[in-house]
Amino acid sequence: METILSVRDLAVSFHTYAGTVQAVRNVSFDLKKGETLAIVGESGSGKSVTSKAIMRLIPNPPGEITNGEILFEGKDLAKLSEKEMLKIRGRDIAMIFQDPMTSLNPTMTIFKQIAEGLKQHQGLTGEDAKKRTLELLTLVGIPNPEARLKQYPHQLSGGMRQRIVIAIALACNPKVLIADEPTTALDVTIQAQILELLKDIQQKTGTAIIFITHDLGVVANMADRVAVMYAGKIVERGTVDEIFYEPRHPYAWGLLGSMPRPTDDPNEALPAIPGTPPNLLDPPKGDAFAPRNPYAMKIDFEKEPPMFQISDTHYAASWLLHPQAPQVTPPKAIRDLALKYRPDSAFAKSILKGGAE
Amino acid sequence: MEREKLLEVRDLKQHFKIGRGRVVKAVDGISFDIYKGEVLGLVGESGCGKSTTGRTIIGLYDATDGDVLFKGENVHGKKNKAEKLKFNRAMQMIFQDPYASLNPRMTVADIIAEGIDIHGLAKTNEDRMNRVYDLLETVGLTKEHASRYPHEFSGGQRQRIGIARALAVEPDFIIADEPISALDVSIQAQVVNLMKELQRDRDLTYLFIAHDLSMVKYISDRIGVMYQGHLVELAPAERLYENPIHAYTKSLLSAIPLPDPEHERTRKRIVYESGSLGAVGRSDEDSSIPALREVEPGHYVSLTDAEYEAYKAQLV
Repeated sequence: METILSVRDLAVSFHTYAGTVQAVRNVSFDLKKGETLAIVGESGSGKSVTSKAIMRLIPNPPGEITNGEILFEGKDLAKLSEKEMLKIRGRDIAMIFQDPMTSLNPTMTIFKQIAEGLKQHQGLTGEDAKKRTLELLTLVGIPNPEARLKQYPHQLSGGMRQRIVIAIALACNPKVLIADEPTTALDVTIQAQILELLKDIQQKTGTAIIFITHDLGVVANMADRVAVMYAGKIVERGTVDEIFYEPRHPYAWGLLGSMPRPTDDPNEALPAIPGTPPNLLDPPKGDAFAPRNPYAMKIDFEKEPPMFQISDTHYAASWLLHPQAPQVTPPKAIRDLALKYRPDSAFAKSILKGGAE
Repeated sequence: MEREKLLEVRDLKQHFKIGRGRVVKAVDGISFDIYKGEVLGLVGESGCGKSTTGRTIIGLYDATDGDVLFKGENVHGKKNKAEKLKFNRAMQMIFQDPYASLNPRMTVADIIAEGIDIHGLAKTNEDRMNRVYDLLETVGLTKEHASRYPHEFSGGQRQRIGIARALAVEPDFIIADEPISALDVSIQAQVVNLMKELQRDRDLTYLFIAHDLSMVKYISDRIGVMYQGHLVELAPAERLYENPIHAYTKSLLSAIPLPDPEHERTRKRIVYESGSLGAVGRSDEDSSIPALREVEPGHYVSLTDAEYEAYKAQLV
């Protein structure tokens, strides 16, 4: 499939009093037309900063894109002037923010906020803008849209506000939609509605979605492909099935293992990841996950692992994938899923072999 | 075997006046028991009254109506200072936001020892500090942390401090109000494991309030589901997942995304709407007030008379 956005070796730093925080450290990925790419990671892993860098919303100072390219339709977004970027932001690439309580302007009516982008990018005013706004409100499933036009955000519930935020993002038929934790502030039943809405819209409009979240349940529900971030780097990427059923990086094992599942035995302790993420003021040498990694080898503390290729779509940065690495047995939750769903995969076979030894 | 009831909540109501004569009925007549040594999970969406229930039980709010009995004694109403102290020592709370719930101007030692000081549990300063050090180690921190201030800690570490503070007065019962929702995924499991371990070692009883149903299922013995100020279903954790009966419980359980793509591809969401068991918008003929009914041993569902009849008919 056609690649629409290509991020190459992106690095973002923030200059603070305490020193330079390397929030994103050489991240590369492609986004294909019409797909959903989920970027997962914990707070501070650099997932939001990556998305803001694509939108060129990194405040400078203190932030700075120090390296890399963001290729979109033959242009490198990282090098565009603010004036050129204005034409792309909101039109070709739009963003849905996490908190619908703060990402809307409390002093503007719903109509004005949606029509802002229509006027700016498509020159729509008056009746045309109103017609398109009503279309958008219907698309995002707002009942009685006519009555909403003159209302203010405080008159709507959280779920309805997030629908408005989505309507604003969709106003100019963007080719890329970046959703930064769009459902984290919402209740589960509202979250389910918003996720269904996003999938529905993607089918209708064919927009590609970058979905940023820390919730692996949401990832399993939404994503075609997944990139797992840790300490400013992508440590593993692959199709959603590869990441959930054949994960290779110990951090992915830890994340997947620490989510409770309804089938878990409550008498066993949850397999938690020990310790805390590293301080990116002074990123550790080698694999940043090594200090928390029960499978860490000596080389993990000394040399950074390269991206090893596992399949056409599946890559992971872990020394365990090196031909000379010893055979290890992944945690139980990971083994169970692999054997249940992908019994014929090389990963499942290596587990069975490891168990026999 | 008759288990000992540690806490009994009887028809508890908490209404808030919001001006111009309007009233929000945050908690509107709920009743349940908590047995000694168990974990009761309380789930529901924001605004359903689950946090208000916890805060009213511990006395952060004055209940509008109803009783809370702790070890058979009514804990609300007029009390002298000694009685209040005794109750405060037996029941502690862990709060949701580890950033807002610790005083930024106090050292960790003073935060943890505040309860020890108030209740006069330590004879000497040395005894006091030894208790603080023990508590820090219990929750996975170290002695060196005692002299630091809250801003020097991560979210997970702060929540551990909050837990140490709750444990300091050796309570029997702890109300944990969304203790992990502000934490990262990898840290949540650490804190839940710690809470479970403490419960086992110290024979504690928890009321665990949360909206993350997977985590609640993992830690709880029984789970209560709240909706709009009412308790709509109460059952052993396993049974609630295997056999949810109230329409709201069904819709809530069916909305949780699980970290399993195959499961997600086939998951059907049940929408909470009228016409289903226990749903809002009941028909007019069915005007009886819904009440908790025991549909199987230990499994209670809030149903009206007609709904209960319909449920029984469908079983045959």
